[in-house]
Order: sequence, then C-alpha cells, then structure tokens
Amino acid sequence: MSPSKIPADLRYARTHEWVRERPDGTLEIGITDHAQSALGDLVFVELPEAGRVLGAGEACAVIESVKAASDIYSPVAGTVLETNEALVSTPETINQDPYGAGWMLRLRPAESGTADGLLSAADYQQILQSESA
Amino acid sequence: MTNAAEQIIFERSRPGRGAYSQWPEDSEPPDDLPPALRRGRPPLLPEVSELDAVRHFTRLSQRNFSIDTHFYPLGSCTMKYNPKACNTYAMLPEFLGRHPLAPVSHGQGFLACMYELQEMLKAVTGMQAVSLSPMAGAHGEFAGVAMIRAYHAARDDLARDEILVPAAAHGTNPATATMCGCVAREIPVGPDGDVDVAALRAAVGPTTAGIMLTNPSTLGVFERRIEEVARIVHEAGGLLYYDGANLNAILGKVRPGDMGFDVIHMNLHKTFSTPHGGGGPGAGAVGVSRRLAPFLPVPIVGREGERYRWLDERDLPQSIGRLSAFMGNAGVLLRAYVYMRMLGREGLARVGEFATLNANYLLARLRQAGFDAAYPQRRASHEFILTLKRQAREFEVTAMDFAKRLLDYGYHAPTTYFPLLVPECLLIEPTETESRETLDGFVEAMVQIGREAETRADLVKGAPHTLPVRRLDDVRAARHPDLTWKPAVP
Repeated sequence: MSPSKIPADLRYARTHEWVRERPDGTLEIGITDHAQSALGDLVFVELPEAGRVLGAGEACAVIESVKAASDIYSPVAGTVLETNEALVSTPETINQDPYGAGWMLRLRPAESGTADGLLSAADYQQILQSESA
Repeated sequence: MTNAAEQIIFERSRPGRGAYSQWPEDSEPPDDLPPALRRGRPPLLPEVSELDAVRHFTRLSQRNFSIDTHFYPLGSCTMKYNPKACNTYAMLPEFLGRHPLAPVSHGQGFLACMYELQEMLKAVTGMQAVSLSPMAGAHGEFAGVAMIRAYHAARDDLARDEILVPAAAHGTNPATATMCGCVAREIPVGPDGDVDVAALRAAVGPTTAGIMLTNPSTLGVFERRIEEVARIVHEAGGLLYYDGANLNAILGKVRPGDMGFDVIHMNLHKTFSTPHGGGGPGAGAVGVSRRLAPFLPVPIVGREGERYRWLDERDLPQSIGRLSAFMGNAGVLLRAYVYMRMLGREGLARVGEFATLNANYLLARLRQAGFDAAYPQRRASHEFILTLKRQAREFEVTAMDFAKRLLDYGYHAPTTYFPLLVPECLLIEPTETESRETLDGFVEAMVQIGREAETRADLVKGAPHTLPVRRLDDVRAARHPDLTWKPAVP
C-alpha cells in the first residue's frame, strides 16, 4: 500500500481530521488520506446543518464505508458556515481527493477555537507510524 | 447438489401456469364481488407449478451455509450448535397448546419451568433476581439501563445521565444508552485490551449513571481489573451493567454477580440453545443485584408454597413496567430451560471450558502456522482476533479476501473488520461443540490460503470461485441499491 499523503500546510487531529486555515480566517475540515484509505470505499456521508455550533471534539458528521460507520469530530470549536453538499450524492469524492474536492465543512472558529493545539504534519506522520508499528 | 446459479422464480414464470394445472376447470367468475372491485389484470406474481415452486425453494435452502452443514466460526455473536432435544421438548403439545390467557391454575407446569429457569439463571450469573420478559438482547439492554435510570430517579439523584462505554464493549451498548435518554461516553482500552483504568477514574463523577461492560470483551480477552473497575464506578455512585453477549466463555467459572455487576442481560438465544442470527425470536432475560430488584420488568413468576403465580405491578410497584404482551418468548425460554436441565451445573461449566479450550487451541495452532494474534500476550477467552495486517502489506491480500476464500474451502467466514480497533482483523469463535478434527481442517485451509496469498494472490482476491454467487460489488450495492424485481419491458 502506498504511504499516505500528509500535506505540510495543514493541521491534523488525532482522530484523523485535517484543518485548513483560509485567508478569511475561517477553517475548512475534512478527513485525511490515511483515514479514507483505512475506511475503504465510502458509500454514505451525513453532514451537519449550517449554523450549528460545535464544541471542540464534538461529533459533527457521519461517514460510512462498506466496512464501518464512523463519526467525524470537529477539531476546533466554532459555527458551521457551509458543508460540501455534493458529497451526499458522491461520497467517493472523499476517497479520490480527500484534501481538495473532498472537504466536508467550513467553520467560523469560536473565540476560544483555534487550530494552534492541533498536530503538525510531522507530528501526525509520527502518530501514523507508531500506529502501524 | 449442483452449484449452478438458481434462476429467480420470476424467470421460471410461464403465462397461465399454476399449481392448479390438473385441477378440474372452473371458469365461473366470482359473482359475489361487484364488478367495480374486481381487478382487470392478474397481479405480478410468478406463474409456476407447485413442483417448480417446491424445487426452487428446496434448492435455495440447500445452498444455506448453516451450523447444521458447515463450521461457522463467527466471532462476537456466538453461533453455536443447539442440541435438537431442546427444541423437541419445548415443542411438546402441552407447551404449544397453553393459552397465555388461561388461568394460572391450568398452567402450573409451565410456570414451574419458568420459575426454575429464573432460579437457574440466578445461580449461573450470581444475580439476586431475574425477569424473563425482554424478547431480544437489545430489549434486555434497554431494560437494564432503564432500571439504572429508575434507581437513580427513585433516589432523586437526577443529574446522572452519563453511561460510560469502553471502546471494547459490544456495539449496541452506546445505542442502548442513547435510547434510554443517556449520553454515551467512550472509555479507551490499553494496548493489552483491558479498560484504561486511569481514563475511567478521570471520567467518573456526579453525572455518572453507570458503565456498560462486556466481559470477556469484544477483543476476546477477559477484563482482569474488573473488581477495580467496579469499585471505581460504585464509589462514584454509578452502577455496573454486564452485557451477556459473551456469557458462553464464563459459564460455570465466574459470575457477573461476584464481579460486582448490578444488572446483566443474557442472550438466551445465543448461549442457551436457540439458534441465533435468524432475526428472532430471541430472549434477553435480565438479572439484577438486590438494589435493582424492585425495578425489574414484570411479570415474574413467584412461588407460594407449592403454587406458582405471576408477580405483576401490584407486587413490584416500582417496576419499569411491561416489555412484552405476556411474559416474553415462551419457546425460547423453554429451550433454555431444557438445555440447562439437560447439562446441569457440571455440564454448563464444561460448556465454558470447551469453548475456551477450542478457542485457545485454534489460536495456538494458527500462531504456530505463522498468523499474527492481535493480542499475542493474552490468552483467548471463547474467541480471539487475528490481524492480517502483514499479509495486506506484503501481498495486498486483505482480511476480506481471506474470508471470501474460506467459503471455497467450505467454511463460513469469521467476522471481518470488527472490532474496528484492530486493522485487517478476523474475529474467530469456534464454540464448544466442534471437534479437534474440524478445527485442524480450518487451520489447514487458512495455511493453504496463506500460501495462495504469496504465490497466487489473484486467486484469493477473486474468491469465492465455487459458490453460485461470486464476489459481490458491495460498494455498488450500497451506493445504488436495487431491491425490487421489475418485469423486463417487452
């Protein structure tokens, strides 16, 4: 199996979500290449309503593959601005392009909400290595 | 037996054919229906002869992978062989003919059996009281958590709405907590498969309603620090719920009541001789400690001198209520009764012994043959987990490929990809009734498939090859389900 891609410019959660800081200060969230590859072909995605207020670590979406159903946890506290509705009819986009077209939701971070406490690409890489050891 | 694909019955249909081909013709239309209510065209049902229908369904039934025909090592849900005698005696006409509304004076024999079943379940689990009325495992879980909630409510301890669920617990546990209006909170397990006691200590508090635990857990290992777990939860004011999914492993050896549990559900349809996995009917009897006894679901069989009667809301005013129309699934309860009477105390202990011996034998032989155990430092309980991570990495042959190839060798596949904590896993439970030769045959098949993975990976990845239905495209089936037969447009 090919090694997972871990872009250096993103931040990561231990639960395999990534966070991208956008120029306007909002955050984009999705699941990592490793996560999509471990889950296998995705067949179902359930996204939160726009406007929902999320706590850090709160379950906010559900994805399902033929192997398993998993909760997606919001890595930071904030309010949902929009979600990637196209995923509902084509969940396989997450498998094909987890860091691009496969993004899941955009958040306006709460005042306390910051991506600073999240993992760097190098830290996340280390966690994956220790998991597969 | 041929394994040629069986046509669907609609494809055998011929216009005008029916079970009545040789019947005397009777063309008189039904004249008691007003014309406006008569249908103009016949319904879209297959038109086949009686013999066509019989052969079609008989052939389908012969293709079953079942415990009566194949080794069925499906972990996590005990799929064990159930002695036929249990069914025979549960089907005695005196049992079948009993009407649930008949006066208790006419059903003393049946009530005596149910009373003794309650007593035997108390003895084998170490609980103080038992109710037989829940009709499935999930139903029993619901009853258990509902009693925990009722207990806290009766003490005006209303803030307790959190149920702790270890990551190695049975998958239904968080759902049960949610159904009962609680919040499920996950507790991690350590690398040896035991509950992370430090994390548990940090999680308990004044909102803890209880913990739901499966022991042995779905990782196939016995929770060694159970007494410490019980003490931590009890000291925080919470109660302990035992999921009886894996009761088969500990029968006659240890008792949940002695481990400190306050409530337990027992899947009588798994452990006590009713075929499991067919979608019911089941029985999820619940047992409780003294402090939960007033909350048991009713009815319960009580005994006064030599007479038996139903105890109801008048006897247990704090009961969580009724969970079934009468008193549960009588047939399943009777099979459990016969099974326990047949085996006795000594026999039940041998069920636990043989179930764990078979699992450990199979694990030892598979490890000898080069397979990796997920928890190599732990002894198996009644089931164990292999991880095929190495085979997936080296040969790109996955746990699913192994599972499908086992079908070609005549074995039902073990559980795949569960528990989720272990990558590329097979969860294997041989159960107590399999012979050493059967287990050796399974090992031989696994070794063979392991060799094929190295030298002819495509053979394994394309399996099954010998069954009427080949590898299903489960991704497409989930994304574009096609569930209804439609006639071809002519």
